[in-house]
Amino acid sequence: MPKDGLHQTMLRVEDAPLLTGRGQFFDDLPTPHGTVHAAILRSPHAHAKITDISTDAARRLAGVHAVLTGEDYASVASPLMVGVKLPIECWPIAQNKVRYVGEPVAVVLADDRYIAEDAVDLIDVSYDTLAPVIDPLKALADDAPVLHDEMGSNLGADRYFSYGDPDGAFAEADHVVEISVRYPRNSCTPIETYGVLTRWDPHTRSYDVLSNFQGPFSIHPVIARALNVPGNRLRLRTPEDSGGSFGIKQGVFPYIALLSACARLTDRPVKWVEDRLEHLTASVSATNRAITLRAAVTAKGRVTALDYDQVEDVGAYLRAPEPATLYRMHGNLCGAYDIANLRVRNRIVMTNKTPTGLNRGFGGPQIYFALERLMQRIAVELGLDPVNVARDNLISSGAFPYRTASGATYDSGDYQNAFDTALKDGRYDALCQKRDAARAQGRLYGIGLTVAVEPSVSNMGYLSTALTPAERAKAGQKNGAQSCATIAIDPVGSITVQIDSVPQGQGHKTVAASIVAERFGLEPGAITVVAAMDTGKDAWSIAAGNYSSRFAAASAGAVRIAAGRLRERIAAIAASQLDARPEDIEFGNGKVFIASNPEAALAFARVASTGHWAPGTLPEGIAAPMRETAIWTAPELTAPTEEDGINSSLCHAFIFDFCGVEIDPVTHEARVDHYVTMHDCGTILHEGMVEGQIRGAFAQAVGAALYEEYAYDDDGAFLAGTLADYPVPTVHEIPDLTILHTCTPSPLTPLGAKGVGEGNCMSTPVCIANAVADALAPASGNVDVTLPLSPARIASYLPDEPAPPEGIAQPRPGPGKGLSGQGEAHVGAAPQEIWDLLMDADQLAAIIPGAHGVKRLSPTHFLADVTLGVGPVKGRYRVQVGLSDLDAPNNATLTGKAGGALGTGEGSGRVTLTPDGSGGTVIGYSYDAAVGGKVASVGGRLLDGAAKIVIGQFFAALGRRAGDAPQPDGIIARMCGWIGGRR
Amino acid sequence: MRRLTATERHPVRFTLNGKPAEGTAHPRMLLSDFLRGVQGATGTHVGCEHGVCGACTVRIDGAMARSCLTFAVQIEGAEIDTVEALAPAPARLSVLQDAFRKHHALQCGFCTPGILMSLDTLLATESQADAERIRDVLSGHLCRCTGYQPIVAAALDAAQTLREETDNA
Amino acid sequence: MKPAAFDYVRCETLDEACEVIAQTGDDARILAGGQSLVAMMNMRLATPAVLVDVMPAPDARKVAAENGTLKIFAAVRQASLLDDPDLTWRNPLLARMLPWVGHPQTRARGTICGSVAHADPSAEIPLALAALDGKVILRRGRKRRSVKATDFFLGMMLTDKADDEMIEAVTFADVQQGTGTGFAEFGRRKGDFAIVACAALVSPMRVRFAVGGVNDTPFVRDWDNLSPQDDAEALNALAWSLDARGDLHATARYRRDLVRHLGAQALKEARSCAV
Repeated sequence: MPKDGLHQTMLRVEDAPLLTGRGQFFDDLPTPHGTVHAAILRSPHAHAKITDISTDAARRLAGVHAVLTGEDYASVASPLMVGVKLPIECWPIAQNKVRYVGEPVAVVLADDRYIAEDAVDLIDVSYDTLAPVIDPLKALADDAPVLHDEMGSNLGADRYFSYGDPDGAFAEADHVVEISVRYPRNSCTPIETYGVLTRWDPHTRSYDVLSNFQGPFSIHPVIARALNVPGNRLRLRTPEDSGGSFGIKQGVFPYIALLSACARLTDRPVKWVEDRLEHLTASVSATNRAITLRAAVTAKGRVTALDYDQVEDVGAYLRAPEPATLYRMHGNLCGAYDIANLRVRNRIVMTNKTPTGLNRGFGGPQIYFALERLMQRIAVELGLDPVNVARDNLISSGAFPYRTASGATYDSGDYQNAFDTALKDGRYDALCQKRDAARAQGRLYGIGLTVAVEPSVSNMGYLSTALTPAERAKAGQKNGAQSCATIAIDPVGSITVQIDSVPQGQGHKTVAASIVAERFGLEPGAITVVAAMDTGKDAWSIAAGNYSSRFAAASAGAVRIAAGRLRERIAAIAASQLDARPEDIEFGNGKVFIASNPEAALAFARVASTGHWAPGTLPEGIAAPMRETAIWTAPELTAPTEEDGINSSLCHAFIFDFCGVEIDPVTHEARVDHYVTMHDCGTILHEGMVEGQIRGAFAQAVGAALYEEYAYDDDGAFLAGTLADYPVPTVHEIPDLTILHTCTPSPLTPLGAKGVGEGNCMSTPVCIANAVADALAPASGNVDVTLPLSPARIASYLPDEPAPPEGIAQPRPGPGKGLSGQGEAHVGAAPQEIWDLLMDADQLAAIIPGAHGVKRLSPTHFLADVTLGVGPVKGRYRVQVGLSDLDAPNNATLTGKAGGALGTGEGSGRVTLTPDGSGGTVIGYSYDAAVGGKVASVGGRLLDGAAKIVIGQFFAALGRRAGDAPQPDGIIARMCGWIGGRR
Repeated sequence: MRRLTATERHPVRFTLNGKPAEGTAHPRMLLSDFLRGVQGATGTHVGCEHGVCGACTVRIDGAMARSCLTFAVQIEGAEIDTVEALAPAPARLSVLQDAFRKHHALQCGFCTPGILMSLDTLLATESQADAERIRDVLSGHLCRCTGYQPIVAAALDAAQTLREETDNA
Repeated sequence: MKPAAFDYVRCETLDEACEVIAQTGDDARILAGGQSLVAMMNMRLATPAVLVDVMPAPDARKVAAENGTLKIFAAVRQASLLDDPDLTWRNPLLARMLPWVGHPQTRARGTICGSVAHADPSAEIPLALAALDGKVILRRGRKRRSVKATDFFLGMMLTDKADDEMIEAVTFADVQQGTGTGFAEFGRRKGDFAIVACAALVSPMRVRFAVGGVNDTPFVRDWDNLSPQDDAEALNALAWSLDARGDLHATARYRRDLVRHLGAQALKEARSCAV
């Protein structure tokens, strides 16, 4: 008998097509005749003014239909709307200025993607680079470069909140414990990238878009507004299958607007499939955030108040639905703890990085990283057991429904029971014994804990907490979260269900089929569920989509409600035919029958199809059971109060994690030895899928904890442009997991279920970080650990490495900006001769590696076309070279700026000429260069070596010009032959 | 020696899933694009186009290989197998596919065809493959949904079933 | 991520491939397994005008044991060498290192010579070549020259091979009986390029130690006498003498740490099987 009437272990209906290559993913679907394929030219610079875009050569290429720029977009479409009032314009393609590496600058439409990429390489863009700002706290400084001149600074919003009496609590506290943390940028990176296929009909002035967009459909009006059409002229459809999303595919929407405008401008269907380099560089990620969190604590470790100071880095533009990442957890800022007093300062800052968006966990990882690191620090500073600190602060079992300080209602739970259940059976004690034994041997072993509340079913009104009460009053109230489901019965009584959850692999179709089958007494396999969404035909709301773990709690509930309504009507019809009361009718085995007399039965199909065949026979007052749409929202999801209280989510699941981690003595890798995760997610609708959600989130969280970061250097170059540089874990890197459950059903959802899909993305990164901090404590004391905890980072927390033996100098660190280095070359000519060469632009041109075609702009400035290559990586660049700070014949500064299809470089070098006492010269040089664009993001490992070689080659050529033998030895000379490709 | 010019499409003759196949391709067309776009075999997926994610893995002359790192013109005369060929009949699943379904070894299913091609090749050649060997082969694939453990369980289960089938034959 | 256009030349013999390369030079690249080159072409980091496919040439698929070496021709795939049952006794170090090269899916296509030509300083095969007195046999037309591995690698992806030359074969010296070998590597993930890899050969006459992933080329050091109690000191000195640099994946200090720790492991392993 299935548990709760549901088929808990039922095989997924999704699987057979997916296993046999019959999936219907975006790029598997046919395209209309005449479709052109798009490729996007993107900015190699973090911050620059566009001074010219030359598209002639690209347009002339055979097979190219159009090359479109920001100006073209603006002729038919508008900026993307933002939820928070800001004087900035957010365009899906750069307008005169680029603000992050990867920002679209031009779109090529061609017969196929290969040709489109050829044409992208032929577009010539001139930039005037501007100083970038990458760090969110530096972006707040008075002298920081400003991204949006209209704003005057990079501060997008600054809101203060106070709940309870935080001042009083801090004044009375026995201890105040504080922690400052940074949460990095990372992404759950689905394996399928974005895709858009879009058409424009000039007669109806409407767009028809197919895209693997995941929702929320609150974005639909944003796209329609950007395209200057009413909502009914933007038909947005999604494919039946999606290759994963985890929030990320919300971020396809700027491309829907951009490519739809292209379709309109060219009157052709346009198709674009994002490639992996584009995805890593310029899709969305979690926000990076700087948090200072303080706690008022009693002598016994009871936390009486929290004080958050959060600086949220949303990247270069505030893009809908941001700043939602910052406010999604607003009702849950005290986590699973009973803390009545809370103070919050939330700042939103813009930096020269890719705009952020949805990512599994959405705001949770950032909050819990601060909160749970703080709880561990409290235990350490007060000399208490972290288990006791956590337990003593938990919301007590009898307190539900529990109202949090900031206005959320925790629907149900028994945290202490879940906590104690997880700890018992010796699981935790065994870890403690392991730690003791390891430490006795001098090994680094630590234990981490996390307790967390996992919110699900977002209140569409929570984002308006970002506005002041006065602004909210003006903008109009927003609240609720409508879920829609439609069930249709056809003339043979078979059933089709349409869901609004846009599944991304979770198995929603299976659960929906199971729910409907249970209501009608049918086999789940007999139910057809359609997941593909079509805003032109289906029931949907702004809340539709795949986010905030809303399916089990909300969408599945709507399915159940719709099925229940049809069941009632079918029961009434059956009752009239069987001469029974509707309440005595039951459903089972494809029959509708009288409970007390199963012999008196009708075929379900026969009764259910009555509406089609014989509407005249329906009992009075009973509508034909042909189609039912249920639209459901929870009344508890109210708008923010005057006091900024917000019930930001409907459901609140509980998680308690603990783990043991050992630092490998050889590699300094943090290895998760044992991980236990306890969940109370209310009623479980399908055991296998819940386990799948937990395991999947856990694996992504291990990636976030130990491996993954969308890293930028200080110059704004993006460094993680390939899956070699953004190391998504393989099977080898994912430890095993013990999963435990307790259950307190939600009283607020139709099925008692709560979301479970995001929890471990919230709890696991900090749990591992706490364990690593604990492991390091004996060797390093209190360490402010930062994610990802790569082995190199862990090594940096450990005591110093052994000193170099005598005679070997410790290498001097470079100036610390991008690529840098210094060196010496010895040349047989006198300083003055060398100086004359350096000052003669024509001579210098001959010395610059790979130069051909030199244009002299002034005695100290010239422009050269240069071909540079390292091994197979060869590119043509336009280089500007300048000489300055001249002190003849002693020293000079050379500056260079290069740009080409492979990327950009800017650098300067100081050259000093010192007589060697025997007629020759020692040339000393130090350089500092920054590289951006494709080479920086995909070829990071190549650059240091390349810079060294190019500079070595420069001085070797200089030596040769000065009439010298190749310097400093034969190897450089041999290498020179290869650079620029000529021997 | 044959020189295939960049600007023209050239015929490629090969065996696809046991049947003779033919199509034309520019020299630069990737095998992944050729299979999907020219042959219509869309079961092979494209995830990274730089050989890391493994979604595009197919079998070339009996060996598991990345179709995104192979040009279509290179497979002249070769035998290519893709996920479309794994099931014994249209409405049935292979032992491995069935084990995947049973163990929830897939969620979104996008990386799955590549993983199936690698594991099917492994189990066909090494019937005794243990968990370590399975993990070694699986490490050439990225899956973002499952956390991998169910995939290992499915492969072990399938290996066992296949051994039993061989023993009973 | 689609490659730029190129002419494709399918060669039936090594002679043909040499001829095309000699004629086309700079604009041509040999296509062997393609596991690095095609990825770089998809990113348009590499845009050769001509690709010379050497894989159909039967004479490029030879593996020959001669004069105490294993000679591996241009089209020998990593997987086929790894499958050779003789490899374990003839060259236990190479047999130990090959499973660390990429993944089964890339080894099935990737070649030994292709990895040498690619000259990634973090890759195992160039390191093995340097550690095992390897030689690279380069051909320009019909002219051959043989270059010692330690002279062949000049920098990150830079080699002594001229544009009009191709690698015909590489040779690895057999490991002498009684010589113990050891290997230790660390990368972020299974199958990744090494952050640091260390190989060791210990014979009564000398200790050879090779490091990949730190300098721009594989680094080899021979010690005439190195007793186990001196390993730590020698490795620390070596670690500091290398040109360790920081990047996205590791700091310079961490690379030195790995040289010390992995180096000790490799030496220990080599000593344990030395006679």
